[in-house]
Amino acid sequence: MTRKQRRLVLIGSGVGVLALAAVLVLSALRDSIVFFNSPTDVVEKEIAAGTRIRLGGLVKPGTLTRGDELAVRFEVTDGKSAIPVAYKGILPDLFREGQGIVAEGVLDPAGFFKAETVLAKHDETYMPKEVADALKKQGHWKDDYGKKK
Amino acid sequence: MIAEIGHYALVLALGLALIQGVVPLVGARKRDDTLMAVAGPTALAQLVFVAIAFMALAACYVVSDFSVVNVFENSHSAKPLIYKISGVWGNHEGSMLLWVLILALFGALVALAGGNLPATLKANVLAVQSWIAAAFVLFILGTSNPFLRIPNAPLEGRDLNPILQDIGLAVHPPLLYLGYVGLSISFSFAIAALIEGRIDAAWARWVRPWTLAAWMFLTLGVAMGSYWAYYELGWGGWWFWDPVENASLMPWLAATALLHSAVVMEKRNALKVWTILLAILAFSLSLIGTFLVRSGVLTSVHTFASDPTRGVFILAILILFIGGALALYAWRAPALKQGGLFAPVSREGALVFNNLFLTAACATVFVGTLYPLALEALIGDKISVGAPFFNLTFGPLFVPVMLAMPFGPLLAWKRGDALGAAQRLMGAAALALVAAAAVFAVNGDGPVLAPFTIGLAVFVMLGAVTDLVERTGLLRVAPAVALSRARGLPRSAWGTAIAHFGVGLTLLGIVSEATWGIERIVSLKPNNVVSLRSYDLTFDGLTTRQGQNYRQLTARFTVRQGGVAIDVIEPSKRTFATRQTSTTEAALMSRGASQVYVSLGDTNNDGSISVRIYHKPLVLFIWLGAVVMVIGGAFSLSDRRLRIGAPKPARKTGGSLQPAE
Repeated sequence: MTRKQRRLVLIGSGVGVLALAAVLVLSALRDSIVFFNSPTDVVEKEIAAGTRIRLGGLVKPGTLTRGDELAVRFEVTDGKSAIPVAYKGILPDLFREGQGIVAEGVLDPAGFFKAETVLAKHDETYMPKEVADALKKQGHWKDDYGKKK
Repeated sequence: MIAEIGHYALVLALGLALIQGVVPLVGARKRDDTLMAVAGPTALAQLVFVAIAFMALAACYVVSDFSVVNVFENSHSAKPLIYKISGVWGNHEGSMLLWVLILALFGALVALAGGNLPATLKANVLAVQSWIAAAFVLFILGTSNPFLRIPNAPLEGRDLNPILQDIGLAVHPPLLYLGYVGLSISFSFAIAALIEGRIDAAWARWVRPWTLAAWMFLTLGVAMGSYWAYYELGWGGWWFWDPVENASLMPWLAATALLHSAVVMEKRNALKVWTILLAILAFSLSLIGTFLVRSGVLTSVHTFASDPTRGVFILAILILFIGGALALYAWRAPALKQGGLFAPVSREGALVFNNLFLTAACATVFVGTLYPLALEALIGDKISVGAPFFNLTFGPLFVPVMLAMPFGPLLAWKRGDALGAAQRLMGAAALALVAAAAVFAVNGDGPVLAPFTIGLAVFVMLGAVTDLVERTGLLRVAPAVALSRARGLPRSAWGTAIAHFGVGLTLLGIVSEATWGIERIVSLKPNNVVSLRSYDLTFDGLTTRQGQNYRQLTARFTVRQGGVAIDVIEPSKRTFATRQTSTTEAALMSRGASQVYVSLGDTNNDGSISVRIYHKPLVLFIWLGAVVMVIGGAFSLSDRRLRIGAPKPARKTGGSLQPAE
């Protein structure tokens, strides 16, 4: 092979691998990304049951009930709408009523949100950014709350 | 007073960095030895002054001087001493100072160990290194000054985030930064080569050990971070594809690729242009990683925008260094002379293969990490890209790397014999198939990927062994001859085999944990028993005790196997009063490389407590594999010293610098 042919093989295989990576990325992006929604988004966009989403907001005070076998139910609110959430498992260390959380799961046809994971904010000054933004949109935002530091 | 000394020292370091960034460069251009010789002493002085600044901040932390804002926000007088010290780099400002300290340390090491470098190259390298230092010191002084005072000093600090109060996270950032910043040396060498328009095998011989050292620290840092997440977060997971983790994985992938392409350049004088590009990319990813983690951009694109000075400064640094380096590359790289030829099937070909797939894998991680940020900033849609994305993209791209790995070292330079290599790997492949079949038989209805990946891991490990067996001729010649040949093998050959074995070990750990790990989430009252594989865990009860700055709730479990008590484990939960937060301290019981993992959840109204219990087979291989990779790196590094003899061992000369810190 001449130098030129060799270089072509090299460049060709490089482009090939990059194309493979691009195909993988694009197909994975289509199938595996999850959109974030506030309770109001869920109501207004009429998101179909069975769609996988992240739901974020504050745990509505007075709605947390514990059932058998680590089952819990609570409502997530952004001040305008509230969505009932069902979860089974151990809640994070920082889960409390009135706190900001993000839950990932699917909407059940029965009208509640079936959470598979529940994330709480990391410390007392940090709020999940999606929750902060969603609350801001609804005008329920205290400026001193959630700012880092 | 101490804080002011630190502040002043940092300003002086900036002045030195500016001098070092300009004078040697002019000297190299004019071939003026006096001007070029300025670089060495200024590099050393820079280290001294940055070290003074760092020590000053550390001193403020140790004596809990809460009149310094940074100390007030991140420390507390009741905190144990070690976490007072680690608190120095547990925040944005302090971590930037640590970054600059390590940068100055590497610069000084080049100045000390680079006696045999061509004078102009050394001057250029130190000048480029100094531009980075100047930009970062300016960034610290301008936007992230850790020495600012509060007019009315508070009596008590706000404490360090409790989950950071852990020995793992005390050493994780310094290790990671040694890796990140170590790559700045390859970057400076690459830029210096582009400025000079000349590059040869000697250049690669210089760059390789530095890249290797940086890669070793990076490997340890990433592994340490992963193990910390595993035992501290209480979820039993060891990798979450979190942007913070990805930020350290990307430079690691690029450094791994660079390590391999530098071999080709050193041995065969080929792939020059590509190696230079990789050196630039690896450090660029380190810069991006540093900023992603500490700047707050991950917490929210908006907090980033709400502090425009910091955000603009960071963007300016990224654009200046990454954009500038790439522009210089586009301009000068075509002038570099092409090197040796090689056939597609050859050692070089295999290393190119490795490079292609590693960089492609790195690119997918890059897209997955930054796409959500870009989308939010540009369109406002909020999405999360999680494990499924990375499993679908990173996984398929890594499999070919693993499959090809045992072939690489068996192929000859220039023109390899693929058939011959395949024949020599028959034994390894056969045993790997047996392993896969065994897994399939045991695990028939389990995930289809398990037998394949276990087989792959076995193939990689046995492939590394095959490499050594072939080189020593163990099965063909008398054992004594093989032994003497083994002793005569270059250390880098040992290093390659050991590091590749480590990769297989890590894969084996990952697959076993994912395939056979079991999880129980139960709510327990005293004397309840949970059975997990062959273990029976009896919950004995709860106790509380007061720690130095927290209250601890401890659960006691007696572990029995076949009715015999074999261990007592005590997972706990700590509540920190100052931050009103709690952390989970998981309890681990290791048997071989497998672990039983217990972490506590909430206490329920009826007096029971929720508990997560996992059995994780061979999970320790994940991190052990990383340690083995680092040992392989160390072997390879020690080889350089013996063979080229010329440059003095960097680490050793560094020893004489220690008192200055």
